[in-house]
Amino acid sequence: MRSFWRTLDHGSLRDISLVCLADAIVGASFGAITVSGGLHPWVPVTMSVLVFAGGAQFAAAGVVLAGGSPAAAVLAGLVLNARLLPYGFAVADTVGGRWWTRLLGAQLITDETVAFTLRQHERRRRRVTFWTCGLALFGCWNVAVALGVLAGTALRNTGSLGLDAAFPTVLLALVLPSLADRGTRNAALAGAVIAVAATPFLPAGLPVLLALAGLVLAGQPAAREEEGRPADANPALEAR
Amino acid sequence: MPLLAIAVLAAGTYAFRLAGPVFRHRMRIPDRLQRLLAVATAVLLTALVATAALTQGDGFAGWARPAGVLVGGALALRRAPFPVVVVAAAATTAVLRLTGIP
Repeated sequence: MRSFWRTLDHGSLRDISLVCLADAIVGASFGAITVSGGLHPWVPVTMSVLVFAGGAQFAAAGVVLAGGSPAAAVLAGLVLNARLLPYGFAVADTVGGRWWTRLLGAQLITDETVAFTLRQHERRRRRVTFWTCGLALFGCWNVAVALGVLAGTALRNTGSLGLDAAFPTVLLALVLPSLADRGTRNAALAGAVIAVAATPFLPAGLPVLLALAGLVLAGQPAAREEEGRPADANPALEAR
Repeated sequence: MPLLAIAVLAAGTYAFRLAGPVFRHRMRIPDRLQRLLAVATAVLLTALVATAALTQGDGFAGWARPAGVLVGGALALRRAPFPVVVVAAAATTAVLRLTGIP
């Protein structure tokens, strides 16, 4: 056990703790906002264990809370989580060769854990970082969501508390770092205009998917990223 | 949100995650696809921000909510801590409603 902790330096452990804390706050908001918005308490809790991807959880719950169909919610969540595909290839060697470490490790793949893992260059350190960060985040995230659910069920009259502004604000804080890239920003702004303009005419959930038409403005890659690495330096607020 | 929807979302997400560890020696993700997936994430999240901030049902949500989101976004841009960002947004909206702005 002592050699395990020596593998990770203090700086890495501190960074991992900070990301756990940041994610716990996002998780608690997720639990509180979804339940106070009207979803049954087991929905955010089950989603957090099984889906374990903050951005997609917020997106799917948001579509449902806006009155959209479950199919649109699932589709939005899956489009968001498609980015986990290249992450899986980037950390494939780190996750290990035995079948059960692959099955378990796969569930722990998130923006944050992949970013921290790829920052390490030595093989053993990578492995320890992946499992430490992945398991810690999984624990913090799910406990925080459950606590948020408890807090959310206690809240009444969420409109006068301004809680309906919390949901888009959380998402905005998550997405802001990736908008630093100009091509991404153009595509995202075009998509947002399309979605808002389409809202009066389409059933809830579809305008957000229609926003993907903005992708034609994405332009050429900036060609600076390592394979499968999350593009931004601020993993704490990445959309998971 | 029905359990089936959560199950489908979870299964699809897990498949995206597991493909790399299982197929790592047999295939590779092209750079263009990686880039496309990253941009698609930002596009979808931004569209969600815009619709959730501005619309309610199929109409305008009122001024209080987008104003709160704007305050939160400005604080996030200035790298304010996450709880400050969220609380400031909700507080702005709440105060505006208190003064009679819907």
